[in-house]
Amino acid sequence: MPAAQGQCSMDPGQVELTLQRLAAELVARVKPEEEVVLLGIRSRGLPLAERLATLLRAATGAPVPVGSLDITLYRDDLTEMVGSPIVRPTEIPFTLKDRTVVLVDDVLYTGRTVRSAMDALLDHGRPHRVMLLVLADRSGRELPIQADLAGVRVEVPPGHRVAVRVKEIDGEDGVTVEAC
Amino acid sequence: MPSERYVFPHRHLLGIQPLSPQDITALLDQAQAFEEVCERPSIKIVPALRKKLVVNLFFENSTRTRNSFEIAEKRLSAEIINFDADTSSLNKGETLIDTAMNLQAMHPDLIVMRHSAPGAHALLARHMKASIVNAGDGSHEHPTQALLDAYTLRKHFQRLEGLRVAIVGDIRNSRVVRSNLWLLTRMGVKVTLVGPPTLVPQELKATWPDIEICHDFDAVIPSQDAIMMLRAQFERGTGAYIPGQGEYSRFFQLNPARMKRAKKDVVVLHPGPINRGLEITSDVADGPNNLILDQVTNGVPVRMAVLYLLSNPHGEQVP
Repeated sequence: MPAAQGQCSMDPGQVELTLQRLAAELVARVKPEEEVVLLGIRSRGLPLAERLATLLRAATGAPVPVGSLDITLYRDDLTEMVGSPIVRPTEIPFTLKDRTVVLVDDVLYTGRTVRSAMDALLDHGRPHRVMLLVLADRSGRELPIQADLAGVRVEVPPGHRVAVRVKEIDGEDGVTVEAC
Repeated sequence: MPSERYVFPHRHLLGIQPLSPQDITALLDQAQAFEEVCERPSIKIVPALRKKLVVNLFFENSTRTRNSFEIAEKRLSAEIINFDADTSSLNKGETLIDTAMNLQAMHPDLIVMRHSAPGAHALLARHMKASIVNAGDGSHEHPTQALLDAYTLRKHFQRLEGLRVAIVGDIRNSRVVRSNLWLLTRMGVKVTLVGPPTLVPQELKATWPDIEICHDFDAVIPSQDAIMMLRAQFERGTGAYIPGQGEYSRFFQLNPARMKRAKKDVVVLHPGPINRGLEITSDVADGPNNLILDQVTNGVPVRMAVLYLLSNPHGEQVP
């Protein structure tokens, strides 16, 4: 059923519960011998990855490294842009070799960001496998990419977008469908 | 970091003079992001300038600056053409425009140029669709050197504002100085120029009224956070302004005795190439306070930042 304009898909409490569920699902999806690292895609994937790491540590007792990925330099439309977008630092202070890398982002839409992120992370090393975790999964894919773990699947009418807010950046958590 | 909406407003990098403090900060911040690329243990290349053609057009010899630009271009995945021009047999004015027209016909995206004439880059900018990067023009500007100096200082001190920096030596013949004066004064650094009266033109104060000029190196040293030594450029005519190299060294060489007068944590910079034993002794140049090789290392991410920010020209452009 299409969502109405400004419809709230998740309130702050629901975001927190969803992250807890995603952390539990992730634990169930990886084998005990896998070494998991989280890579948050800037901007809003990073705080989500940090919160998931805290939840994973509480669940398993083991610390989970968190890195950040800025995909700007790997965008497929970069050389056609008017004005170079500002690049923020990528911080991966650990090896990705043979690790299970979980890419974390707020919204999965066209799949182009994830494609760029995979190119970027493969330049840092060869992981055992790469998984994708998103808070909100919406329609509109332009590449054959899907999420392994998604907090909520949102139907978005034409001319609308999914807005994810995280308290670290926006002051409050929430997922809403808004007119563009 | 600048806000996500900030767009670098310049089409060319002809000098530091046209840059605002915000533009300078954006360049230094972007260089920080590119430093991560340069320090990766794995692949030090990003596809940011893929499909872009960069021409390195050097009318004057320069091994280090050119190598640094070339490494920066390769790390950005640009296509590169090196165009070495021999000016000595050519009429410069006509040839530069001819050269520009010929280059334009190959549709380059960026041109990195070193030329001895201060106006050469602006002239080229008027005739080309490509973005022009000044890699040094006579004794006028050398913007990427000033940016890498500032980057090195900011990385070490975590700030620029309020720092005290002495620039010492052949101020008259140095293009590094002019770019540094624009940049450092604009970012709130207190600059003192030091050298023999013949090599420190008083008229610099007309353009940069906040700088100090002093001819007594020993008196200046204790208060400085950084000492930037310049190359005594005897090949550019430094010798005509001073009695001799021995006397120059006696008053303006940075040596262990002078380092004893400096703050313990002072840092020493030099744009290279060094005249060991002339403006600086080897034990100081290689000593614990020197950031000279850091400057060389930082040159690559700084030039990557310049090329990246110019590679997607903005709609409303200023020179």
